[in-house]
Amino acid sequence: MRLRLVPEKTSIPFMKYGRTTTIGSGAVCLLSLVLLVVLGLNFGIDFRGGTMIMAATEAPVPVGEYRDRLGALDIGDVSVTEISDPAADLTGAAKNTVMIRIEQQGDDPAIQNDTIVAVKDALSAAIPGVTFLSTESVGGKVSGELVQAGILAVVLAVGAVLFYIWLRFEWQFAVGAVAALVHDVTLTMGIFAVTQIEFNLSIIAAILTIVGYSLNDTVVVFDRVRENLRRYKKTELREVLDLSINETLSRTLMTSVTTLLALISLYVLGGEVIRGFTFAMIFGVIVGTYSSIFVATVILLRLDVKRDWSKKDGAAGTQFANIDA
Amino acid sequence: MLDFPIWKKALIWGICLLGVLAAAPNANYTTVESANDARAAAEAGQVLSAEQQAALEAWPSWAPSSLVNLGLDLRGGAHLLVEVQVRDVYAARMEAMWPDVRDALKEIRDKVGTIRRVADGPEDVLRVRIGNPEAMPEALQAVRGLSRQVISLTGVGQRDIDVTNDGDTIVVTLSEAERTATDERTMQQSLEIIRRRVDEAGTREPTIQRQGKDRILVQVPGIGSAEELFIETVVRETGNPDERPGPGNIVLPSLDEEGVYFVLRRRTVVTGDELIDAQPSFDQNGQPAVSFRFNPSGGRKFGVYTADHVGDRFAIVLDDEVVSAPRIISHIPGGSGQITGRFTVEESTRLAILLRAGALPADISVLEQRTIGPELGQDSIDSGRIASVIAFIAVLIYMILSYGRFGIYANIALLFNVALIFGILSVWGATLTLPGIAGIILTIGMAVDANVLIFERIREELRTARGPARAIERGYEKALSAIIDANITTLIAAAILYAVGSGPVRGFAVTLGIGILTSVFTAIFVTRLLISGWLARRRPKTITV
Repeated sequence: MRLRLVPEKTSIPFMKYGRTTTIGSGAVCLLSLVLLVVLGLNFGIDFRGGTMIMAATEAPVPVGEYRDRLGALDIGDVSVTEISDPAADLTGAAKNTVMIRIEQQGDDPAIQNDTIVAVKDALSAAIPGVTFLSTESVGGKVSGELVQAGILAVVLAVGAVLFYIWLRFEWQFAVGAVAALVHDVTLTMGIFAVTQIEFNLSIIAAILTIVGYSLNDTVVVFDRVRENLRRYKKTELREVLDLSINETLSRTLMTSVTTLLALISLYVLGGEVIRGFTFAMIFGVIVGTYSSIFVATVILLRLDVKRDWSKKDGAAGTQFANIDA
Repeated sequence: MLDFPIWKKALIWGICLLGVLAAAPNANYTTVESANDARAAAEAGQVLSAEQQAALEAWPSWAPSSLVNLGLDLRGGAHLLVEVQVRDVYAARMEAMWPDVRDALKEIRDKVGTIRRVADGPEDVLRVRIGNPEAMPEALQAVRGLSRQVISLTGVGQRDIDVTNDGDTIVVTLSEAERTATDERTMQQSLEIIRRRVDEAGTREPTIQRQGKDRILVQVPGIGSAEELFIETVVRETGNPDERPGPGNIVLPSLDEEGVYFVLRRRTVVTGDELIDAQPSFDQNGQPAVSFRFNPSGGRKFGVYTADHVGDRFAIVLDDEVVSAPRIISHIPGGSGQITGRFTVEESTRLAILLRAGALPADISVLEQRTIGPELGQDSIDSGRIASVIAFIAVLIYMILSYGRFGIYANIALLFNVALIFGILSVWGATLTLPGIAGIILTIGMAVDANVLIFERIREELRTARGPARAIERGYEKALSAIIDANITTLIAAAILYAVGSGPVRGFAVTLGIGILTSVFTAIFVTRLLISGWLARRRPKTITV
């Protein structure tokens, strides 16, 4: 009596749905890109500059109250959002918190400390018992640099991955892996465009982790594919791929479930500060699992992999390709 | 693979035990922290108060005492990234150079004709037009005679100013070598001054680091708001109070007394960077006072000023607030003097510190500022703790349900895994941030992956192998390459994150990276050890994973 997500021996013909899934994935990716352009991401202050203040009160105060006070200060664009933390009772986190977002003041790259002081004074005077839980301010110069750093990080990660897979497997595997990764990153950014959840540095961290995790999954499948390619030299590539996925299915789902268990717990109980990050991770794990099964392998199918691994020639992977413990 | 000689067993359990011991102090965080502080104070030679003594005894010295370093977002505190406007110093230098250039040219006035300064153009360039362009070579030579050696390691043998001409205008700029040397000095000075200022605020050791060419990172744990820390420029002026405000005057509030204002002339007599030293002292009557000393040029100006204005008052201004406005009793020639007033000993000490520390050589602009209140920090720690425990329990239950006995072994390995992570973090002094806690929770979810790979493989091998031991061995063999590949890729992502990220993101990368290493270790060694031990004892004919 074991808990099994997947019956012992499965033989789902994954590759049969190859065409459908490719079209589906392609369409969703395209949709994401369109949404990114049309809706745009809700960039946090890390990337856009500005000030973010988290304020809390004992008793609930309507958001409009904050807006009125701040509007009177003439500091440009101000947005006030209520933060609802469902688990606040359990974790003892502060309740009745709002997030105040103030635009970058002027072109001066420096921070307008005066603005912050003015805002805090005005709110303290108008709303009794307000406490400021956190204050963050990023100037234009640094936010520009952070954007660059973020993009660089993602590009570097994908590049490093490409290189590593090429080293350990063959170039077709590398292309398949990168395709799966690009698919995952695009969809994740798309969901952020749709939900307009704040996109800041920690989301970049989440994306990079998703890259790592999705690759993790993909490599496990690839490893099995490589083993089966050697073992069943005569079988058609399509069947080998199907077999490999079926064999690793149990493990793939298991790991996804355990990771999701941990992440969901973090999402519910972890508090507001990392909620966006956790959401990105959860979405990434789901999409990553899907892409390892359907995207990476279908690319392999299309690109057609060398079948005869017994000979070592220049076109094969390097000497690292044949390491078995 | 399943054979574990005694020394290997001892080594593996030894490492696990060390991990637990190293992680243990964190369970009693506040107690150990107070004990550590008390011990540090004792070593620094301070006499311990009763409180500190009690704290010290609460945690024995032979017990492991390294604690995880809590990041600002967990402990609460302020984080500031400032940029020093090093170019301001160039302008000031040129400004100071003008009188000397004028004097040098005055000596050969008969040759060069009129001497007029050209005011427009960038501030770090000094332009002087002479009436007689034919005498330009002599003029250039005269001005060049003013140049001095650059004082720095790399600029040896170079002159500090470049003198060229543009038509009938002499153009003086600082040479490249001098700029570099000046920047270095400016940064050193700024670092030192900021360090002194920050040391007075905050509760724990602040971090003040230079970043790159012209930036300084300041992190002060335990402070309520960064605005308290906000480092404003100080160019100290010593002006002259007047009866009525008029043009050319400014009104400034007093530093100490509420509602008291001073009317000052705008003109600066001596600036802050001409002040060499300020110390608390006592005047002839034994009253607390502050003694100060200017550098030669400052001293000269001060001497001239005090000679001209005996009986008047002058104001010492810091950060646009009047620190003190004493009366000039007599001409002060030596460049040193004393401020007396109604100070207490404390006030005189504080004033001396402010004067010494206050004069920043250049403007500072704050690029980035983050303050996390300690309540939010504590909330984050609590949330993180609860989330970790729940995640842990969920994974434990799931593993047992899925793999039975082997699941239990995997869970034991997971326990040691987390202990090892905390142990390494503590000993290494790495910083734990909120994303770092997320990283640990993520690791809990992913750590089982290695074990799952192995167990699934064992299940497969059981169908074809002869006997459970063989199946288990084959399972470990075959799964290893997949484990290594999969974890290296996540490690690459963590490494890139560490390199490109900063602050909390870096904390996440560190815990993720450490977590991967410990996961692989515990999966490959600890679980295997437990399984092989069980196999050897029971020798079952068949097993179900």
